[in-house]
Amino acid sequence: MKPMRVRKLKEWLIEKTILLSGIFSVVFVLLIFLFLLREGLSLFRGESVIDFIFGKSWYPISDPPRFGILPLILGSLLVTLGAAAISVPIGIAAALYIAEIAPLRLREALKAGIELLAAIPSVVIGFIGMITLGPWIKNLFNIPTGLTALTGSVTLAFMAMPTIVSIAEDAITAVPRQYREAAIAMGATKWQTTWRIVARAARPGMLAAVMLGIGRVIGETMAVMMVTGNAAIIPTSFLQPVRTLTATIAAEMGESVQGGPHYAALFAIGIVLFVITFLINGVADLYLHRSRR
Amino acid sequence: MNPRLAQKIAFAVLLLATLLVVLPVLVILLIIVGKGASAISWDFLFSMPRDGMTAGGIFPAILGTLYLVIGAIIFAVPLGVLAAVYLVEYSSDNWLSRLVKLSIVNLAGVPSVVYGLFGLGIFVTFFGFGASILSGSLTLGIMILPVIITSSREALESVPRHFRTVSLSLGASRWQTIRHSVLPHALPGILTGMILGLGRAAGETAPILFTVAAFYLPRLPQSVFDQTMALPYHLYVISTQVPGIAENVRYGTALVLLSLVLLLNLAAILIRSRFRRKKKW
Repeated sequence: MKPMRVRKLKEWLIEKTILLSGIFSVVFVLLIFLFLLREGLSLFRGESVIDFIFGKSWYPISDPPRFGILPLILGSLLVTLGAAAISVPIGIAAALYIAEIAPLRLREALKAGIELLAAIPSVVIGFIGMITLGPWIKNLFNIPTGLTALTGSVTLAFMAMPTIVSIAEDAITAVPRQYREAAIAMGATKWQTTWRIVARAARPGMLAAVMLGIGRVIGETMAVMMVTGNAAIIPTSFLQPVRTLTATIAAEMGESVQGGPHYAALFAIGIVLFVITFLINGVADLYLHRSRR
Repeated sequence: MNPRLAQKIAFAVLLLATLLVVLPVLVILLIIVGKGASAISWDFLFSMPRDGMTAGGIFPAILGTLYLVIGAIIFAVPLGVLAAVYLVEYSSDNWLSRLVKLSIVNLAGVPSVVYGLFGLGIFVTFFGFGASILSGSLTLGIMILPVIITSSREALESVPRHFRTVSLSLGASRWQTIRHSVLPHALPGILTGMILGLGRAAGETAPILFTVAAFYLPRLPQSVFDQTMALPYHLYVISTQVPGIAENVRYGTALVLLSLVLLLNLAAILIRSRFRRKKKW
């Protein structure tokens, strides 16, 4: 009977290891939040949360330093809105084409192409944006620098596109066949079916796709840091340099003193980003589940 | 309007939108290959940078990136595959499995620079690993965990239910069933996820900014506690921080990074489509 018992013990150990590995994902999310709080909360000993979020000036190294992130929040918001305005219509249209219209072979090729676009490292996209798009926008609008919110929006639009297209495409493909057959049988053209029936039925999934795309844009760091010009001022137009929340962390962490207020302020920005993306992803996930049902 | 005509116009617009999404990939590739190919040489790939990076090669950055992605994979693959086994084979639809799934969704959505902050807080400072390959690999490993879990889950779920039923009915235990009747069939899918994770880890800059990446370090790392240069960070440095670097060196570095990442992704796509075609069920 002994080997049997050893085997049982081994199985028990393996099953517990598997359970533990599953739980690790939860642990990591908690740890990320805890460590952001641990390093970031010390800022609020000398600074109120209201002053931090709604403060109009970000002068982290002047004396006394000012840690108001409103310009950074508005910078992120402006770039994100611009990127969404470009990528949502194009992305949804491309998803409709790939899911409903493209012949099978073309469809596979297009999907592979979009996967490759998603794979291009953000620093490479930033590099290309900086070197080609920047000068082009500078000449087009005749402005002193091409590194502007608009440049950031266009660059980020391409980075949001793969997320939007692939998730929206999944949602469109998941619409039951009978919907299409019924519409065609009633005499609708393929386009009428696609637009009025299929696109409408896939709406919750498309909404999730848009939200996840926006989540990706808000969190994007390297490309946006390279193409937006990084001026921490409250933006008034698309044609001026802005600085986003993410770029501020990436650009300034190296020069901050560990444990000092500037260091804590950068972690506090991390908390803001974490909460924003947590909410966006949570809500998008709800919509995805609804669309699957 | 005539519905036929409306359809023609609409389809043309949709096609145009699709081209707008896909063509930039080609344009980026053409620009980078066109302007960077002239920089690629044996010397560029396999020698140390010299004179403040204006001359010499990018070998330490290439090697550093290889170390980092290997470290990330060693950490993330076992954990990710077991987590997927838990979700597909063991969990029922209870609060715990829902919590795990929600956490995975959120891990996938955390901005890469926040991973960098987390790695700085926990590995560099709290555990005292310093800015090192170890800290960077662990940070990247946690970042690619959702990629590995998601593709492993899909792979496990694609193995038909009756494979398990047959194995269990022959008296095999639950783990024996998973080990011998499920995992082998899910292997290509798991491999795909692993390669995608590799590609993602190789290209990310923000998570390694504060955890490992060295600005200019013209020697090779000796242990996992050393700092190292890395390709994506090197590209950032030479294109924004250091003036006077020859243009083709910048493009050449971008070309090396892009080739590495795209080849990994292409391999993943090929394995997946081959596997789908060969599948017997």
